[in-house]
Amino acid sequence: MSFTRNIIALSLAMTAFTSVAQAKELVVYSSRQDHLIKPVFDMYTEKTGVQINFITDNEAPLMARLRAEGANTPADMFMTVDAGNLWQAEEQDLFREVKSETIEQNIPAHLRSSNGKWTGLSLRARTIAYSTERVNPEELSTYEALADDSWKGRVCLRTAKKVYNQSLVATMLESVGEEKTTEVIKGWLANLATPVFSDDTALLKAIDAGQCDVGIVNSYYFGRLHKAEPNIKVKLFWPNQEDRGVHVNISGAGVTKHAKQPEEATKLLEWMTTEEAQRVFADVNMEFPANSSVAPSDEVATWGDFKADSVNIEVAGRRQPEAIMLMDRLGWN
Amino acid sequence: MARQSTAHKARWQLVAYLAAALVLMPLLVLLLSWQNVDQMIWGHLLQTQMMRLIGNTLWLIIGVGAGVILLGVSLAWLTSLCEFPGRRWLDWALMLPFAVPAYVLAFVMVGLLDFSGPLQSLLREWFGSDFRLPPIRSTGGVILTLVLVFYPYVYMLARSAFLAQGRGLMEASRILGQTPWQGFWRVAVPMARPAISAGTALAIMETLADFGAVSVFNYDTFTTAIYKTWYGFFSLQSATQLASLLLLFVFLALFAERHAQGRSKRFPANDKPRKGALYRLRGPLAWLACGYCLLVLSIAFIIPVGQLLYWLLSSGIADLDSRYWTLIRNTLLLGGIAALMTVTVATLLVLAQRLQPIRRVRSAIALANLGYALPGSVLAVGIMFFFSFLDNNMVVPLRSWLGAANPAPILLGSLFALLLAYLVRFMAVAYGPLDTSLARIRPSLPEAAQSLGQPGWVVFWRIYVPLLLPGILSAALLVFVDVLKEMPATLLMRPFGWDTLAVRIYALTTEGDWTRASLPALTLVLVGLLPVIVLIRRSGRH
Repeated sequence: MSFTRNIIALSLAMTAFTSVAQAKELVVYSSRQDHLIKPVFDMYTEKTGVQINFITDNEAPLMARLRAEGANTPADMFMTVDAGNLWQAEEQDLFREVKSETIEQNIPAHLRSSNGKWTGLSLRARTIAYSTERVNPEELSTYEALADDSWKGRVCLRTAKKVYNQSLVATMLESVGEEKTTEVIKGWLANLATPVFSDDTALLKAIDAGQCDVGIVNSYYFGRLHKAEPNIKVKLFWPNQEDRGVHVNISGAGVTKHAKQPEEATKLLEWMTTEEAQRVFADVNMEFPANSSVAPSDEVATWGDFKADSVNIEVAGRRQPEAIMLMDRLGWN
Repeated sequence: MARQSTAHKARWQLVAYLAAALVLMPLLVLLLSWQNVDQMIWGHLLQTQMMRLIGNTLWLIIGVGAGVILLGVSLAWLTSLCEFPGRRWLDWALMLPFAVPAYVLAFVMVGLLDFSGPLQSLLREWFGSDFRLPPIRSTGGVILTLVLVFYPYVYMLARSAFLAQGRGLMEASRILGQTPWQGFWRVAVPMARPAISAGTALAIMETLADFGAVSVFNYDTFTTAIYKTWYGFFSLQSATQLASLLLLFVFLALFAERHAQGRSKRFPANDKPRKGALYRLRGPLAWLACGYCLLVLSIAFIIPVGQLLYWLLSSGIADLDSRYWTLIRNTLLLGGIAALMTVTVATLLVLAQRLQPIRRVRSAIALANLGYALPGSVLAVGIMFFFSFLDNNMVVPLRSWLGAANPAPILLGSLFALLLAYLVRFMAVAYGPLDTSLARIRPSLPEAAQSLGQPGWVVFWRIYVPLLLPGILSAALLVFVDVLKEMPATLLMRPFGWDTLAVRIYALTTEGDWTRASLPALTLVLVGLLPVIVLIRRSGRH
């Protein structure tokens, strides 16, 4: 047992190193992947000399960790993907209010928290992907239209467990109401060509291989796949241009309530909304910059312009449980 | 039984209770979560999900259980008691799939065998676009994948049992005219039953706790429901309540295992292990045996590794940079320290069970083995909350009282917390082989030593430890490889700068970036291969 004690002592000693806070160091908890935020953080460190330590995980465990740590948390900033998660973090009182003119100028209001708790940093569209071989783009119009009988056995969807679909349904509930949404989802499920996929890339590959003709995916998955396989016979279509527009979602961040260095964290957040950061932040994952004055990358620009749903993205979080329960009831797994 | 002082007895009991207490910590958090029940969520779960979840989970238990027994026992029988071409290297090669994490095999299988994968695309080219293989993204596909990942548990333990049965019994059965088939059913299997059921229990508990592999298949089990409730409904409380229900399944599995072990005696195997094969296979039978082993090895290991290599060479190698060495170093360090800690505690537990076989100690030890079936994240959250409680209410006040300027918590987010999570999670993995090893030590041996006046300390070092050494080494290597592969708890509890290969794989596969995940996946398999090979070579015939 003394051996165990030695290990414990050693470990505690090791942790002592990690708990020494240095002056110019920020800590970020992020559910956005490592390779998507490192370039941006490296840029900031080069520019200002501030070291950024970050840890990545799913948002729910990170939020649980933030709550467990309470006032003793080392985290200065919490970054996450999907507005539902940002809203939820706000609900759980994990953010502090940030009043910043820079942020207010750079990011449109419907992409920010109405209480100044968080801001969106990049946009992604969850849109229709179709097979260039078997589908004429004239046949496509809205998300809802995919529920028609003409699409029987031709539709592919991703699992309802992924937050992107939950947000899509949540905003649909807000826009067209529960009855219509129920009808639409029933139609989609009846038209499925194959059991739902666990990720969008597999879905796109299925369209390319001919397992199905249309699917609903996040725009950047298409971008990545297209980059890796330029000959893929799939294209993106922007639905609902005549009514509310394409469903969009954001990745964003906020300063944590018990941040040890709130001013530094705010500076980092502000910098991330500026042009030079926005460009890298969005381009590294083929997303659209939240800062509307920044143009998307050339590649992304080739997908064309579209009208985006301007509903306040907070609704994705507020109605998420409702959306999940609806999807569960209808058997969308 | 030699007389023991009450202090001596108490010491061993304390060991058992302490180990159980460690596991009790997160379990307590699970139980305390029942304080508030969210009616809405539970009503919804019961109405829409529960039947399906229970059904799916049962399918998995039955399917994977049957599969690993069939595969593990048949392969162990062939390689330990028969002689056929290639047996010598197939012997240890069949353990190699142990180095492949379930979530890696899952995405390789789906990537290879799904509609849009290379195999089906090729077949469609040859046989027309209407050609279909049975879908891999199905219950059968999940069961197949998990069986291929977990059969090594049964294979290893059954093989040790068959080998250790010494010359006597099996040869006797042959001389007495039993056919190999009869010898198998009437002699070998009953003797190996404890080992087989221990291996199966491990496989089933791993299956219940698995999250990565079933996610790739989008197969809904209790574990995925736990995560969905947590991530989707943002109700950690309901999620932990579900996790406590999962434990019921574990009790079921463990109960079944005890029942299977039940009345089978522990046969001490102090005889020399047999030198040559018992049954020499000839002709078509020999080739059939060889072919069968090769088939399993190919599907479970060779083809997946090949696919990973292909992906690596086509695009993944670009990621190889200096950060990889840090990843590898972290992975190895965590594995090594965790293995050391876990085996030490497990050895003490095993001895406590032998020396103090009272009911309370047995229950405490059974409790200590439960951590294995808890999903890694749930276990981690339990430890996290417990440590944060200690931190906020004891450590921080203590430090500020001692005059620290900025009293930061030290338990939460520390390396120690993560190591503790590994200890709780993998106790069962270390316990199984040690228990099997200890069972082979006839009580008369240490008793004789004690009656000759040797103090307990000497008895421990000169009798128990040398005889337990095979078990200790097996246990250490098993825990090492398991920690290497562990992902959810590591993801949640790792301190800064302690990313591991498993963490990297997860980051890439959640985004569907399977080709990029090939580099860390292959590295992980390679890193885990060495201990696996050592494990099997060492336990081979001397």
